[in-house]
Amino acid sequence: MAAVQWHSRARRYESELQSCGLEVAPVEFSDYHPLKSITVTDSKSRRGARKGSTSSSSSSSSSVAPDPLSSMLDGTDPLSMFAAASASESPPTLSQSSSTGDLGRGKRREKEDEVGVDFEPWSSKRGEILARFTTTEKLSINLFMGSEKGKAPSLASSAVSEKVRTRLEELDDLEEGSQRELLNLSQQDYVNRIEELNQSLKEAWASDQKVKALKIVIQCSKLLSDTAVIQFYPSKFVLITDILDTFGRLVYERIWSMCSDPHPSPDSFTADEVNDTAKETCLNWFFKIASIRELIPRLYVEVALLKCNRFLTKCGIQETVPRLTAMIRGIGDPLVAVYARAYLCRIGMEVAPHLKDSLNKNFFDLLGTFRQIHGDSVQNQLVLQRVEIPVYLTLYSPAIHWILQCVSYRAPEALLTEMMERCKKLGNNALLLNSVMWAFRAEFIATRATDFIGMIKDCDEAGFPQHLLFGSLGRSLACADPPEAERLPILNEAWKVITKVRSPQDYINCAEIWVEFTCRHFTKREVNTVLSDIIKHMTPDRAFEDAYPQLQSVIRKILTYFHDFSVLFSMERFLPFMDMFQKDSVRVGVCLSIMDVFIKHQQEPTRDPVILNALLHVCKTMHDSVNALTLEDEKRSLALLINGFIRMVSFGRDFEQQLSFCVEARATFCNLEPLNLFFNHFVVTVNQLAMETRRVMRGSHSRKTAAFVRACAAYSFITIPSLTSIFSRLNLYLLSGQVALANQCLSQADAFLKAAVSVLPEVPRSISIEGKLRSSEGFLLDFINNFLSALLVVPDHPEAGVLFLVRGLLNMVQDYTWEDNSDAKVHVYISALPLLAAMSQESYLYSIPKVDSNETLYGGDPKFLAEINKLCETLIGQVLDHLKTLGRDESIHRQGSLAFSLFGCLLAHGDLRNNKLNQLAVNLWNLSHKQGYCNTRTSVRTLEFIKHQAQQPDMVHLSDVLHRLTLQSRT
Amino acid sequence: MNILNTKSVILFAFHICNIISGLLCQEVLAGVVAIVSKEAVQHQGITLTMEGIVNLQLSSKSVGVFEAFYNSVKPIQLITSNIEVVKQGKVPGGKTEIPFEFPLHTKGNKVLYETYHGVFVNIQYTLRCDMKRSLLAKDLSKTCEFMVHCLPQKAKLQPTPVDFTITPETLQNVRERSLLPKFLIRGHLDATNCVITKPLTGELVVESSDVAIKSIELQLVRVETCGCAEGYARDATEIQNIQIAEGDVCHSLPIPIYMVFPRLFTCPTLETINFKVGEFTCNKYKSNSATVCGLPMADRCDSLFLCRV
Repeated sequence: MAAVQWHSRARRYESELQSCGLEVAPVEFSDYHPLKSITVTDSKSRRGARKGSTSSSSSSSSSVAPDPLSSMLDGTDPLSMFAAASASESPPTLSQSSSTGDLGRGKRREKEDEVGVDFEPWSSKRGEILARFTTTEKLSINLFMGSEKGKAPSLASSAVSEKVRTRLEELDDLEEGSQRELLNLSQQDYVNRIEELNQSLKEAWASDQKVKALKIVIQCSKLLSDTAVIQFYPSKFVLITDILDTFGRLVYERIWSMCSDPHPSPDSFTADEVNDTAKETCLNWFFKIASIRELIPRLYVEVALLKCNRFLTKCGIQETVPRLTAMIRGIGDPLVAVYARAYLCRIGMEVAPHLKDSLNKNFFDLLGTFRQIHGDSVQNQLVLQRVEIPVYLTLYSPAIHWILQCVSYRAPEALLTEMMERCKKLGNNALLLNSVMWAFRAEFIATRATDFIGMIKDCDEAGFPQHLLFGSLGRSLACADPPEAERLPILNEAWKVITKVRSPQDYINCAEIWVEFTCRHFTKREVNTVLSDIIKHMTPDRAFEDAYPQLQSVIRKILTYFHDFSVLFSMERFLPFMDMFQKDSVRVGVCLSIMDVFIKHQQEPTRDPVILNALLHVCKTMHDSVNALTLEDEKRSLALLINGFIRMVSFGRDFEQQLSFCVEARATFCNLEPLNLFFNHFVVTVNQLAMETRRVMRGSHSRKTAAFVRACAAYSFITIPSLTSIFSRLNLYLLSGQVALANQCLSQADAFLKAAVSVLPEVPRSISIEGKLRSSEGFLLDFINNFLSALLVVPDHPEAGVLFLVRGLLNMVQDYTWEDNSDAKVHVYISALPLLAAMSQESYLYSIPKVDSNETLYGGDPKFLAEINKLCETLIGQVLDHLKTLGRDESIHRQGSLAFSLFGCLLAHGDLRNNKLNQLAVNLWNLSHKQGYCNTRTSVRTLEFIKHQAQQPDMVHLSDVLHRLTLQSRT
Repeated sequence: MNILNTKSVILFAFHICNIISGLLCQEVLAGVVAIVSKEAVQHQGITLTMEGIVNLQLSSKSVGVFEAFYNSVKPIQLITSNIEVVKQGKVPGGKTEIPFEFPLHTKGNKVLYETYHGVFVNIQYTLRCDMKRSLLAKDLSKTCEFMVHCLPQKAKLQPTPVDFTITPETLQNVRERSLLPKFLIRGHLDATNCVITKPLTGELVVESSDVAIKSIELQLVRVETCGCAEGYARDATEIQNIQIAEGDVCHSLPIPIYMVFPRLFTCPTLETINFKVGEFTCNKYKSNSATVCGLPMADRCDSLFLCRV
């Protein structure tokens, strides 16, 4: 194949550039642009025309075509139209009935009475209560499934209907062996049993055993009269009211389904719209319930079915709620009574939120029976169960909180004041006070904070724990601001009490709440004091080990209020506080939250040594937590956070310090798997540094800066091999090589490029991208092309041979195990030709200031040119060889396209005055067109290009070539 | 109400329109007889029989056991009426519905009493539908009870509130009064003339009690009196017992008394020559802690007069 001779075409880049320069066409802004927003002014009329006939519209359409979408929708889309409609009117459910003005107004007013989103729902309290009131004592469930027999005298008459008979049989079934007492249940067992009952209720209901369902519910609610294991009572209440809720819903839905055809609207039907069957069924339920012997089940079941009163009469609920409220007075045990009230209030709020009066009545009744709590029977019970008074009193909190929350919801200020006064009058009112602070509006509490502190101080020490009172107060103050002048005294007073709390657990629970208030209104000085107090309390006996959640929340609260990290870290006690997190997982969690906040709120790069030191420490903690068991995702999020931090570090023009920070950071974060992220960043930063330096020095380095730049290069050179991703390594080598070259560090540049070449064989044939295996060929080709264009300006090393980098690269390409049946290697060869051609020019296309490229080194030495030509010839020979092997059928298409690209290369870069090259080009053209796979349009364009070129004075020879090139389609 | 005749698969049923809500006297009993069958049914006539009966039973407590067994008083027939709905013939296959109406006319000067199911007195109204068939096939029969409510009273009811006090001295069923703990319960019932569809209401206040109260219950008792040759037999039975206070309730706080009269087992107070239903009484139980006195203490209180308005 030595027959081929290469002669590069001499190029005059500048004139070529000029001739190729695109004409600048002035853009008229009024012109149609596809991305310009369309403003159709006459869409109405045009739309009408469109409807009429399409032809008329096309004839009338102007240069601005109407956007079919916007014209269809007439400017507004259906969604926003609905939104607009509903915003202007009352909601759709009400719009039906609001046709008459009066009715509508009434509805709207009712709407105001309803419970809004600002009412904390029961569901959120539920979990809290279950988690808080637990016990290790043994529980028992006592179920007398048949005990209702007494209240229903036997219907032993001759004409008992079959339905009744089956019901009675059902009843008998239940009685047999259904009286059971389950003793010695653990709490979990108990919960499971209750859940089982809930399930069997649903099953019984589904299988139409209504009597059984009612029995289950009655039995369950009977459990609520049992106050054995009193610590568990609140949780028991929650579990059992769940069952009652289910039951209430089932009954309501059943009766509702009976009112079918026509269905009255679910929200606003009246009793008149309900048909007789439904009414009768509903009445039946109420008769059944009314005959339940025991007070507590009767009460609870009736409350559960409160909503069903709507089927009977218009004001049924209105009459029933006060009656039930009064009925609760019959419950002797104050705890049972208060929870019954809570349940009534809850259902009342759901069903008829406008009945505020009975809520208030409930509360006043509660106050009336408040003295019961300190009565003899309660005291005896507590002694029996060995429960302390403070513990007992806290059992009331959830229920009283709830009642007060219902009462105070959107209540006028005067009412709240009145209630507070009433609470004050009662002796030992700490329990009430606590609930008042919980449930009343935070603003209300905040404006009277000083009063409250006074009241708390007056409370009996033996009763309700004071720290809980302060906790509740703190919670309110965290949401609403007390008057400016009172803030500091409040904090002082509160902290005076808090700091005296003995038990570390109680202390931290309370302190955690007050941290928020402190952060909200005071400076770092006060927060620092608070922190030091916490440290003082929590350090003895390693008490902090049991209080990690609270300590973490302290940190979170501080972070929400202090976004300025220089202030944060200048708090003396902040880092010692951090040291209390000694369990790894917690520590890392805290670090994560700190870094999160930092990244979110740090707007500009920082160089503050305090911040850097502290955060580097924090990051190191996070980084060190990584071990073999860490999940990939966790690692990634850690890496992201650390990376975010590193990006925020900037020393401005202090390049050396930046470099040394990079060095330190590299040393610190060497463990994390997705190192690519940082190291990539480091290398890029360092390269940036080098270029910055060059810019500052305006291209000519002093001795000092030259040394610095070389240090940067060294840093990059050391860092790059630690990267795992091969392509980032390659790209960074190339980048660093270019930067080194730009900074006149020739040997460093050589080293980088050589390293890149030596890494090439390691490129795997497939790499995983986003979890999928992809062939790496495309990436490799891209890189090599990139690399080749960089090689143009790299001067040859005096000791290595001519073009040693190019040769090295080509050798690597030859030895690389390409994919079977791939043309990639040949593509590389073809793309190397333009480089070689460019190298043989007298002056190069581009060069680096202050760096002598080969053009000056060799000065167009014929030997050098011959060397290049020889190399080209070898390459062409290789390509031709490959073309021959592609002669078989299945690869003919590839042969054609390869031949065509070689032809293009010859045409652009080869000197076609040379006959042999000329002949070769013609042959290649023919070869590529022989099979007819060639893209005709490309061919035509190519011919046109040649024609155009041939008009230039030194390109006349091309017209000969043109004659010899034939288009297959034309022949 | 269906009868399924398995041989010829005849579904024979009837339905009374106003069975559930109850019928006022002088109203018309209306409904349909439904016959569902695949094939045509041959029959000797379909008849409807309506009957109203008072059944009296003597209690073994008031007369001897044997007398109670043998001497059951003859039932009193209040009303009886018979209609032939369809004459002998054939009912075509498929579903046939024959509507009917019955006027509730009494015999002579007898009055229709309200439906009532008691222990010793039963007032019951039934409607029976018979289909007579040829000798080879069984006759089909179906019975159904219907409720009768008496006419509302014309006169306006005067509320008659009554106050009561319960102390150890007022108790009736105790022997040694000296052993009882001291207590005082006051209260009032809003009315002793009650409307049967409205609940019994009132209030009760525990003024003082030496021992902790366990429970306060309200007992509804009915008294049935039967007249027979030997005289009168008077029996009281509990109908409903409802707890109004559980545990040691707060003193001097009014606790509501509220009881719904159960349907079927109560009826307006009724007095006739042969029997008497009514004189419902309301007892209040007070159970004290068991250690002090073994038995629950009861205070019989006031007899109620029930009526329908």
